[in-house]
Amino acid sequence: MVRSATSLTGNGVRDWLWQRVSAVILAVYTLFILGFIWFTPQLDYVAWFQLFQGIGVKLFTILAALSLLTHAWVGMWTILTDYVKPAYLRLILEVLVIIALFLYFIVAIAIVWSV
Amino acid sequence: MSEAMRTVKFKIYRFNPEVDIKPTMKDYELTIPDKQDMMLLEAILRIKAMDDSLAFRRSCREGVCGSDGMNINGRNGLACVTLLSALKQPIELRPLPGLPVIRDLVVDMKVFFEQYAKVKPYLINDEPPPAKERLQSPAERKKLDGLYECILCACCSTSCPSFWWNPEKFIGPAGLLQAYRFIADSRDTAKVERLEALTDPFSVFRCRGVMNCVDVCPKGLNPTRAIGHIRSELLAEGN
Ligand code: SF4
Ligand code: SF4
Ligand code: FES
Repeated sequence: MVRSATSLTGNGVRDWLWQRVSAVILAVYTLFILGFIWFTPQLDYVAWFQLFQGIGVKLFTILAALSLLTHAWVGMWTILTDYVKPAYLRLILEVLVIIALFLYFIVAIAIVWSV
Repeated sequence: MSEAMRTVKFKIYRFNPEVDIKPTMKDYELTIPDKQDMMLLEAILRIKAMDDSLAFRRSCREGVCGSDGMNINGRNGLACVTLLSALKQPIELRPLPGLPVIRDLVVDMKVFFEQYAKVKPYLINDEPPPAKERLQSPAERKKLDGLYECILCACCSTSCPSFWWNPEKFIGPAGLLQAYRFIADSRDTAKVERLEALTDPFSVFRCRGVMNCVDVCPKGLNPTRAIGHIRSELLAEGN
């Protein structure tokens, strides 16, 4: 058993599962947006505005943003623990990644809720 | 009339930490009868007869002991079961990647065997032993095919990028193949404990499915599949 405090759940099975679940959500969301682009006859500001006014789409978007956060953290954590060996440097980078992801998430919510 | 001869060219990694600052690739030429083929190990033995400072491991010379794993033209394999004629020249020989070099083609396998020991590679059964032996049905025995044949040559683990980056934390394909060999054994009673010991983010889950291990295994084994089975068992256990 290898201990690791900084991974998403501290447990390999759960990390693995979260990465898969979030990937599925992101895939479905991507298809949804692509479908919207494909099937909307006139793709203008009004069309986008109307789409994002629905509470369902808002929640789905936030769910997708959360999935991106989860997915990116598991991936970035894996990459950093593979390639960055000095512990202090890795910790700094990990904190930077967490701050960046968190800010993205706040911005995403702000955008979705401003519609 | 003398037999027609041909020359086979080699470039062999040489490093003796007692005297060398840096490793070098040394050129060798071996002259053999034109029509004769041989295993790479035989050729290396003949080179050693010319230059006895060359260090490498070997024992069984028939793909059973697992001691002559090396990097042959960029790919890990056993010298004793690799045909000379199948190799492009100059034949480049290097030690197994990712492990500390002791000398020339001899690497320090300590971390490899530490990972192997971690999976408790022996049968655990806390029930009182029967008078004669613990029986298995043919179907139960069949589950061990493709697992028990491993000779621990380390060709797989030393070709795995995840093992290169985290050799102290990721068990690696060889160790995980053996982990599954005992998880899958109907006579073993420690399955739950074995699985629990593997739930962390490194031991199993550092495998990214690169499948280098499957590509190089000289015994034709498939560690990636065994790792997949372990993952399924872990998910089924709900850890
Ligand atoms: S799985 Fe194959 S390559 Fe790996 S140690 Fe066993 S025999 Fe060697
Ligand atoms: S499949 Fe997994 S164990 Fe095999 S080489 Fe790739 S990462 Fe390593
Ligand atoms: S010498 Fe034993 S496996 Fe090659």
